Amino acid sequence: MNEYADLLIVGAGPAGMAAALAAAPSGARIVMLDDNPLAGGQIWRDGPQASVPVQARQLRERLQSHRNIRHHPGTRVIANPGPKQLLVEDDEHGWLISYDKLILCTGARELLLPFPGWTLPGVTGAGGLQALIKAGLSVQDQRVVIAGSGPLLLASAATAKKHGANMQCIAEQASLKAVAGFATQLPRWPNKLLQSFTLFDRHYRTGTHVLAALGSDRLEAVRLHQQGKIVELACDRLACGFGLIPNVQLGQALGYALEGQALAVDAWQASRVDHYAAGECTGFGGSELALVEGAIAGHAAVGDFEAARQLWPRRARWQGFAKALNRAFALDPRLKSLARPDTLVCRCEDVPHGALAGHTNWRSAKLASRCGMGACQGRVCGGAVQHLFGWQPSAPRPPFCPARIETLMSLDDTPPAP
Amino acid sequence: MPELMLDGHALRVAEGTSVAAALALGGDGCTRTSVSGRRRAPLCGMGICQECRVTIDGRRRLACQTLCRDGMQVETRP
Repeated sequence: MNEYADLLIVGAGPAGMAAALAAAPSGARIVMLDDNPLAGGQIWRDGPQASVPVQARQLRERLQSHRNIRHHPGTRVIANPGPKQLLVEDDEHGWLISYDKLILCTGARELLLPFPGWTLPGVTGAGGLQALIKAGLSVQDQRVVIAGSGPLLLASAATAKKHGANMQCIAEQASLKAVAGFATQLPRWPNKLLQSFTLFDRHYRTGTHVLAALGSDRLEAVRLHQQGKIVELACDRLACGFGLIPNVQLGQALGYALEGQALAVDAWQASRVDHYAAGECTGFGGSELALVEGAIAGHAAVGDFEAARQLWPRRARWQGFAKALNRAFALDPRLKSLARPDTLVCRCEDVPHGALAGHTNWRSAKLASRCGMGACQGRVCGGAVQHLFGWQPSAPRPPFCPARIETLMSLDDTPPAP
Repeated sequence: MPELMLDGHALRVAEGTSVAAALALGGDGCTRTSVSGRRRAPLCGMGICQECRVTIDGRRRLACQTLCRDGMQVETRP
């Protein structure tokens, strides 16, 4: 069942949805892929315990009303076997999609840094806990500590409390001065100011970071460095995330340039001819920025440059918010020394921090230790070692994620032997 | 409301529940055993980290990205 798209969009979060809706009136044949079971990305992740905002529901309904948009949920990109061609797989099939234009809206993932005990069951990412709760995880009467950095901590805490969690602490590593400085700028973006009031929690502590998760077979307590003191809190769950890092692997493999840790794009959200990117994979900025970037990319990809240009001022406004956010929540260098020699860095291959000592780059460490060569292909430890040691991850090679043999075999076009 | 089998135990869950959430509702939430023999549970919750890979109806799949269906057989141990 090979498929052709005038416009292929990878990722159905805010940027991908906005891109599809902007491009749809052109009549182009649009295919949208997404790894998740439902459109909406992580911010509007749906589930039995999720309350998806009206805006997201309306976007989903509008997508369904366009007959020239096909959405494949639960679908991953496995390889790029030829120019303008991707091999994809869902839970049942593998197939090839050829495209004329491509927009990557691959979003961001959490920066997860290793610390003693972080592999214990009960420890999740901060956004990770929120996603799991939306999907039906119960936290009723559980003692929860949320730690790391950025506004996602408060959002995750709000979801946990709404579902009956007993919040013990929200540990923000940034200083009170940095967070307060950010808060004073919020009136520039009134809806963000309002959001911050609704999310605030009395257990919020600045200048506080995790030292270790404690427990033998599962999490029992967490040790925190809290404004100069060491404290231990008994808890059932620790949700720990240190901000977001853009998902650039597919872009790298397709020859997109990088700017810092994000995909580089021009004013039209293009990275190279016929190849665009929008949303968090081009740098963290929140759903408002992702929506406007997605719309610009969608208009530009179908040649409606005037409609794209009209959105530039709105994009600039939300880029300002992203800059203020990234400044305020810059990570404390002390977070680089949480791991001990026996702390696992690569959770797939169980490679401890001590095994990486003496290496000067990612490739040498991989070859010697298998760090980053497991099932996640370095998506977790690659972000960590980039932060800890400054090692730049290389562009991934296909298959980009674990795939079925049948899917890979669909690439073989030699006729079967008689 | 789908009913599925988790390591041989039946569990009925709300429509739209992920397999990762079901494993925590019906047991200790663990999904796999690491290469050095420790039990692990979902970490990222969004299809990145692969900690939640389990066997569903004979195929390796991610528990956090898979919704429960009636009659599913989920195994978390090799």
